[in-house]
Amino acid sequence: MSIIVGYIPTAEGTAALDRAITEAQKSQSRLVIINSSRGDAIVDKRYAQAEDISSLTERLDREGIEHLVLQPVRGNDAANEVLEAAEKYRAELIVIGLRRRTPVGKLIMGSAAQQILLEASCPVLAVKASA
Amino acid sequence: MDVLSSLMDGFATALTPMNLLYALIGVILGTAVGVLPGIGPAMTVALLLPVATVLEPTSAFIMFAGIYYGGMFGGSTTSILLNTPGESSSVITAIEGNLMAKAGKAAQALATAAIGSFVAGAIGTSLLVVFAPIVVQFAVSLGAPSYFAIMVLALLAVTAVLGSSKLRGFASLGLGLAIGLVGLDFVSGQARLTFGLPLLSDGLDVVVIAVAIFAVGEALWVAAHLRRTPLQIIPVGRPWMGKEDWKRSWKPWLRGTAFGFPFGALPAGGAEIPTFLSYVTEKRLSKHPEEFGKGAIEGVAGPEAANNAAAAGTLTPMLALGLPTNATAAVMLAAFTQFGIQPGPLLFQNEGPLVWALIASLFIGNFLLLLVNLPLAPVWAKLLQLPRPYLYAGILFFATLGAYSVNLQAFDLMLLLVLGALGFMMRRYGLPVLPLILGVILGPRLEKQLRQALQLSAGDVSGLWSEPIAVVVYVIVALVLLWPLAARLWRARRPRTGGLVVADGPAVDGPAGPAAAPSVEAPAVEGRPVDGSAAEAPADRGPDAGRHRADAHANHGQEKS
Repeated sequence: MSIIVGYIPTAEGTAALDRAITEAQKSQSRLVIINSSRGDAIVDKRYAQAEDISSLTERLDREGIEHLVLQPVRGNDAANEVLEAAEKYRAELIVIGLRRRTPVGKLIMGSAAQQILLEASCPVLAVKASA
Repeated sequence: MDVLSSLMDGFATALTPMNLLYALIGVILGTAVGVLPGIGPAMTVALLLPVATVLEPTSAFIMFAGIYYGGMFGGSTTSILLNTPGESSSVITAIEGNLMAKAGKAAQALATAAIGSFVAGAIGTSLLVVFAPIVVQFAVSLGAPSYFAIMVLALLAVTAVLGSSKLRGFASLGLGLAIGLVGLDFVSGQARLTFGLPLLSDGLDVVVIAVAIFAVGEALWVAAHLRRTPLQIIPVGRPWMGKEDWKRSWKPWLRGTAFGFPFGALPAGGAEIPTFLSYVTEKRLSKHPEEFGKGAIEGVAGPEAANNAAAAGTLTPMLALGLPTNATAAVMLAAFTQFGIQPGPLLFQNEGPLVWALIASLFIGNFLLLLVNLPLAPVWAKLLQLPRPYLYAGILFFATLGAYSVNLQAFDLMLLLVLGALGFMMRRYGLPVLPLILGVILGPRLEKQLRQALQLSAGDVSGLWSEPIAVVVYVIVALVLLWPLAARLWRARRPRTGGLVVADGPAVDGPAGPAAAPSVEAPAVEGRPVDGSAAEAPADRGPDAGRHRADAHANHGQEKS
């Protein structure tokens, strides 16, 4: 069993990661970190770069958590990548970060969080960035 | 002064509110396409050709000039912040520029690139004002045989000197000349390469060809490997320079300009060779040689000045002789033909006001670019976050619309697809696009001069070298073709004098060497983002990412569309 967390290098993403680490420590499960990009733009700020990932793994090593960092670039939405990983690693919990979206923005862009909440077959924990 | 008063008239035309607006649109579009890798000024001008036919020719060319200069400015931003050159002429800038940015000096790198581009653009355009009329005076005395010889030189030089593979260059040139042949023979009226299709007898429209090769070909190429690991962009504030930076930059700017303009003006110019020469020179002359390889400001200032001066230089043969030496100039020449303006030495005489307005707009555009680029560099960098499917879908849409609107016939759309597929295959197999487009545009004019020369000599072949200038040019052609061979033999026979050969080498040997050298040098830059991510990417992504990078480098050798 494992805990899946959708990570992006922002306040929401970090909040989700922090919470996921706490959960993983509590239940002694493996932590699977998903940081994906569709890979269709030349620059994607939501895609964590090497330094970010290495400081991340260092921290997880220090806290003694079994972990797996995945950075798929396959043209899929972040939501689909998280759901697929949840399926594959038999997730007991998915942790995601939430952010405030205007109704119009949500109408146009859709919501990755909503898709995960509706389609996941395990409990989903949604975390907001600490204000 | 006649030139000065003509130039002042040009300013009067270019400074009208409408033309200023077009200049502004031009520089903004130009910077945008310069920033985005894969989209260049040639593609943009090609896409705008159909739109431009409804404009005044003067306004259209003012806009094109803005796009052309803007592309040169914008290319440096991507090079410095992302280590991915936005333009082939910015490959060298990426070496030191990105290292500077990594060392936290992105603002200074961007500033020296922008101000250096401005300085070089201003000086280069002034040189254009001085030299173009002189070249015209010389050119009007040329007869058909000399003209033919100069065109042959331009075609051969661009094909043989630029790019890494001569064979591929000539293959591309052959394709271009063949496409240029389609239609009725203008002397005998015989149909050539029309395959019995009456629609082909008018020849292929240059707009359709340019849009297909540059826009459709590139869009298909990008679509073929759309997904890649996102790169890291270095965040930057507003560009600025300290006193020390100014002190270290102004000499490289001037030296870069001195390299750039003559190389741009030569028939085999291009901006890649002078940028490389400028980089090497700055490295040698620098008072801080230890900083090279760690982000030396001279290594950004020199090459950036060189590529803008080369851009100005390229316009000299384009306006004075009707001889384009890079893709954007070639497409602009096609635009002249679209407006029914005959390019060539008589351009200054027949279309004086237009030409001088165009030149004046270069000064204005250069100034606007400085205003648009310096404070807004971080905004331009945001363009790179645009998902490419949207971008290329838009390009394909405009390409189709444009190709259809030229003659309003569906047949042109078929041609667009066929030639677009050709453009894709050329990119796939590393054929440079520039010789093709030059072949298409210069081919028919080359043939015209050939026929004229032969008619003058009543079909006698010796008529082709009946003028002394033609003979001189043929000697240069022979030198261009035989030099690499001779140099190799020379070096093989006398290996011990190698140092001497290298010392006086750059003057002549330069063109062959540097064209390949930048692509050799660039991958050696430490910590290239693509390198790192290719290593980390999951196994199924690895080879693909690697190949993409190799392709990207293969493309740097040629003019970007």
